[in-house]
Amino acid sequence: MATDPTQSAPASLYRNREGLGVWEHRGKVAAVGVGHSPTSRRWDSEADTSVGAWSLIALRQAIDDAGVPPDQIDGLVICPSTTTGAHWQEGMPIPWDVVNSFNATDDPLDGIAKLSTEWILKNMPELTNVKFTMYGMGCMSNAIVVAAQAIGDGKANTCLVLKGWHNLTGRYYQGGAAAEETISGPAKWSSLWGPPASYSTAMQFQAYCHKYGVNHDMMAPFVVNSKKNGLLFPEGFFYQNRPEELTVEDYISARWVAKPANLYDNDMPIMACAAYLFTTAERAKDMKQKPVYILNHASTNSLYFFPGRVSRGMVATLEEIEAETDSTGRKLLEGAGITPKDLSFENMYDGFSIFHHFHMEGLRYAGVQRGEALDFYQTDITNSGPNPVSPSGGNIGSGRTRTWMHTDSIQQIQGRAGARQITKKAEIGVSGGPMPDQGNFTVWGASPD
Amino acid sequence: MPKQSPIPDELDKPFWDACNEERLIAQNCTACDRMQYPPEKECSNCESGDNLGWRELSGRGKIYGYGVIFDCPIKALQPDQPFNLAVIQLDEDPGVVMYSHLPGTPVDEVPVGASVRAIFETTPGTGQKVCEWEVIS
Repeated sequence: MATDPTQSAPASLYRNREGLGVWEHRGKVAAVGVGHSPTSRRWDSEADTSVGAWSLIALRQAIDDAGVPPDQIDGLVICPSTTTGAHWQEGMPIPWDVVNSFNATDDPLDGIAKLSTEWILKNMPELTNVKFTMYGMGCMSNAIVVAAQAIGDGKANTCLVLKGWHNLTGRYYQGGAAAEETISGPAKWSSLWGPPASYSTAMQFQAYCHKYGVNHDMMAPFVVNSKKNGLLFPEGFFYQNRPEELTVEDYISARWVAKPANLYDNDMPIMACAAYLFTTAERAKDMKQKPVYILNHASTNSLYFFPGRVSRGMVATLEEIEAETDSTGRKLLEGAGITPKDLSFENMYDGFSIFHHFHMEGLRYAGVQRGEALDFYQTDITNSGPNPVSPSGGNIGSGRTRTWMHTDSIQQIQGRAGARQITKKAEIGVSGGPMPDQGNFTVWGASPD
Repeated sequence: MPKQSPIPDELDKPFWDACNEERLIAQNCTACDRMQYPPEKECSNCESGDNLGWRELSGRGKIYGYGVIFDCPIKALQPDQPFNLAVIQLDEDPGVVMYSHLPGTPVDEVPVGASVRAIFETTPGTGQKVCEWEVIS
């Protein structure tokens, strides 16, 4: 069991400033194991399909994949939140039969609508030597950079990284406070006006189209390609549950959610869990899979869930988004000691599709400058082309987990991405998110040098 | 459009009280000479709350951008879908932006860049007034 209560990662673990130079642990930390649970659209209320149960599946798969004895694992970094919009509403009955199917913590929703390291360790008795635990808030992208820095700093040697997602019956973000006549707390500032989750991105995309003379239809090749890549992802929701292709016409004629964001620009909430095993480059030499070295990690100036917003108003403007993603791009390249030409692929976040290009332009991937991404999408961006864009298919291709981009980056570099394997040699890739103005990002490499 | 009624708390009560008096104010850090909205316990620049106060605004701004909401999570607003949701930059400081449904502006016919002025709507739940914006014709 962990000897200390689990804390949220301190700001000191993040690299969120420019000018820090090459990451001090460049090439000294590696991903060696990947694990995924099954997927489903919503929870069926059974114990063996709960987010807790599926987290255990993903974690054990990652351990098996790496071929490391569980008693050699000394670190566990997870994201404790398991939803962004399917909250367990006040008054909903506790499913005690599910709670009592596991070794429960004091919180009955632990393992059902949230996760703690305590719950994981209580239900994985084989993890007898975990001494370092930490929370990377919000997203797998956050947990990854926390685990990478912790291993580099010597806080752990062999560390599991986990993100789980639950989804409940009913519509995302609706019900509860959203259905009340009054609104309290921080939500009041946006709830009065009713923006769905994709609104801020839609507004920024509208400003982007106006600024650069492009239009929403030009997004079609990106979304169609992402859906296609998702259907080549055996771990993904659509591969497993709805293997249906999307056409350009399907995309262009889809209903609006927050115009100019339509149904297919929004990622679909699902249940799924993913886990990785990270260790030192030295230790990685003995493990079953080819190590994928972490060359750098970087975060936005405004850390996810930390003070210091990019914007001083309700929402970031396009100009603020462009400045922030430019900064993130510079930080990623600088810390890895690479240039955009060194990137074999990019797996930046896409859940919402219409901000993927903000990330991509910030990187100057394939030489794409500000305002050029939608024209670039009209070229060959497939996995067999010269400049693969989102080869994972991301959340658009496989459902809302914010993990596919990381799994794919690891698998591409290991050469085991299967039907998604890019044709060009996968040597260095980048993944991360979620938001262009608040996120965490990782550069992966085939070589530690 | 009938919005939810915001319930003021200790931090933001001055803002909502001003709305009830049909005045628009924003939180301001006198040390940084910097406004922010919504109000927070600390200035997002210097991270101190010691110099935070309130600044009276002219109630004039410009439309920065917008989207059209077709699938709103807020039950009270769903009968009015689709509706405009615009971002307003304050004349005093374009770096501070607020939301507006732009009452009187047809759906998806939003004049980006146009000047707007603050107006105040009464919400049905508690009678609390909230700030809205309308295009100056």
